[in-house]
Amino acid sequence: MDEGPEILFGIYCPPHPQPLLSPDDNSGYRKLREGFELCKTRIEESGADIILVYSTTWPSIVGHQIQAHPNPTWTHVDDDFHYLGSMPYSFKIDTDFAEKYMECCKDRGLHSRTVAYDGFPIDTGSIVALKLLNPENKIPACIVSSNMYANRAETIVLGKAARDAIKYQKKKAVVVVVSSLSNRMFTEHINPSEDRIHSAKDDEWNKKILEFFDAGRLEDISQLSRDIHNQIRVSKVVAYKPAWWLAATMGQHNNYEGEVLAYEALHGSGGAVIMLTPSKESVGDKEFDEDDVEYYHGDRDVLSQGDI
Amino acid sequence: MSKGEIVLGCLAPHPPHVVYAENPEQNEAFAEGGWETLRWGYHRLARKLKKIDYDAMVIFTPHWQTYIGTHFLGLPKFQSKSVDPVFPNLFRYNYDISVDVDLAEEMKNEASEAGIITKMMRNPDFRVDYGTITSCHMLNPEWDKPIVTISSNRNAHYYSAEVMNEQAGALGEACAKAIENSGKKVVLISSHSLSHRHFVTESPLPEDMSKEHIYNHSQYVWDMKLVELMREGKMKEVVDIIPEFTEQTIAETEAGGLTWMMAAMGFPDFSAEIYGYQSVIGTGNLIAAWDPNSETREIVL
Ligand SMILES: [Fe+2]
Repeated sequence: MDEGPEILFGIYCPPHPQPLLSPDDNSGYRKLREGFELCKTRIEESGADIILVYSTTWPSIVGHQIQAHPNPTWTHVDDDFHYLGSMPYSFKIDTDFAEKYMECCKDRGLHSRTVAYDGFPIDTGSIVALKLLNPENKIPACIVSSNMYANRAETIVLGKAARDAIKYQKKKAVVVVVSSLSNRMFTEHINPSEDRIHSAKDDEWNKKILEFFDAGRLEDISQLSRDIHNQIRVSKVVAYKPAWWLAATMGQHNNYEGEVLAYEALHGSGGAVIMLTPSKESVGDKEFDEDDVEYYHGDRDVLSQGDI
Repeated sequence: MSKGEIVLGCLAPHPPHVVYAENPEQNEAFAEGGWETLRWGYHRLARKLKKIDYDAMVIFTPHWQTYIGTHFLGLPKFQSKSVDPVFPNLFRYNYDISVDVDLAEEMKNEASEAGIITKMMRNPDFRVDYGTITSCHMLNPEWDKPIVTISSNRNAHYYSAEVMNEQAGALGEACAKAIENSGKKVVLISSHSLSHRHFVTESPLPEDMSKEHIYNHSQYVWDMKLVELMREGKMKEVVDIIPEFTEQTIAETEAGGLTWMMAAMGFPDFSAEIYGYQSVIGTGNLIAAWDPNSETREIVL
């Protein structure tokens, strides 16, 4: 059996800035903030030597971009929530890991590059996560983008490449996915104290997904990704990718101890802070027949084949 | 006070590659040229703008994406560095921008009255998006006129391209009314490509023009259909097919810019001036202008 990399645990957390900037505007924002803070303590106690973040609010086009500036520093302002305040940041990035991750991507057929530019605009989701999970930069981090056009095969291979890099460098890693559950926000400005999930349907789906998380059934969520996308994701991108990446990075199974630390509305969208710790106890009840992918071969050229 | 007016409407695509290829002192990256068809077209349109009397540029950008209403830049000065999140290797541009806040507020108020959700952006740390910077730099490299940036509300994501078209049209009408009341002469800029499928790889030398071509022929045919309608002065028809065009070519019209500008200009029935068409990393980019003054309107290409 594959001697996997040492992944201490995974975290799923929301990208919106309220838990960072306005936690007292709504008791739910505060609960999410407390969820982040519990994760922060667990990370500090874990002996982790890298935090690897996959952020759905960092879209890329030219392959997969990996942050490799040793100390990205800027003051960020969110496009929608600029009135909540600015987000100054200064992060410590593990540049060796970034380079290795890029190489591992290439080894698996992915187009990938590191980015290391002063003033590069790190996205809201990554900033919220790193500022709350690792406020004193005690542990070096790395961030990978979410390619706009990537779909299942490419995203799973991207996760496996992360696994390769963690294993090769013998790191003890905490992996973080920054993503909403349902991502439909209210399209008007609301009083934050009246925030709620946009619709009953979104709420029900979120709760169903959280049941799976709670039972540690990460691979099952990964397999349900397309359904989730169709049901509760506003189509900004082609697919709901974070579950694919997280499951592929963490080993594609259902044997985790899941803990849903908070589930609350963020301007209508579903925000949850979840921890998944590898375990030997929980058991899934499904088998899957969708092909597993080891190497990315690119598009299948469907358009240029057959009679047009 | 005399009535304000829209003196020109420009379709001004913003691939950062064109600024990169110009090597302006504001940009840190260095290029050996590239994309001349677009850049030379831009130069010609910039020369035309020099001859036009105007007070401000109002630009609608796909790269300030808002989901909660339409936002307007609301501080007089923005000075910082813009680094393109997708092409940071090409675009790291130090900017110093003046904003016509009065005009922004008038448009915001008029839009609110029309029932559109709006917000002024008054955070001094806010970074102006690279779409605004690229289009404005290419049209007015001296930056000697104030601008107003309008964010693009992502109705196409939340509802459909049809809803986007309706909303962007309503916003255009509100902005036109505000411009009329302001007494100002304004240039409108709709900042985007047409077809918008990118290659997901980049050649080692991005400006290597032997590698540049449209993503596929279907994108090209659609783009040319739009150019033909623009030449014929059929802008109502263009706006009517934007939902289908957007879906078929993943077009950047999804943000609503062209619909906004055409609605503000009353859906011109005169020919557009065509300044150039070229692909950039597979996307289809057209520079065009609508000149309401029949005496200065030209056949350019
Ligand atoms: Fe763009």
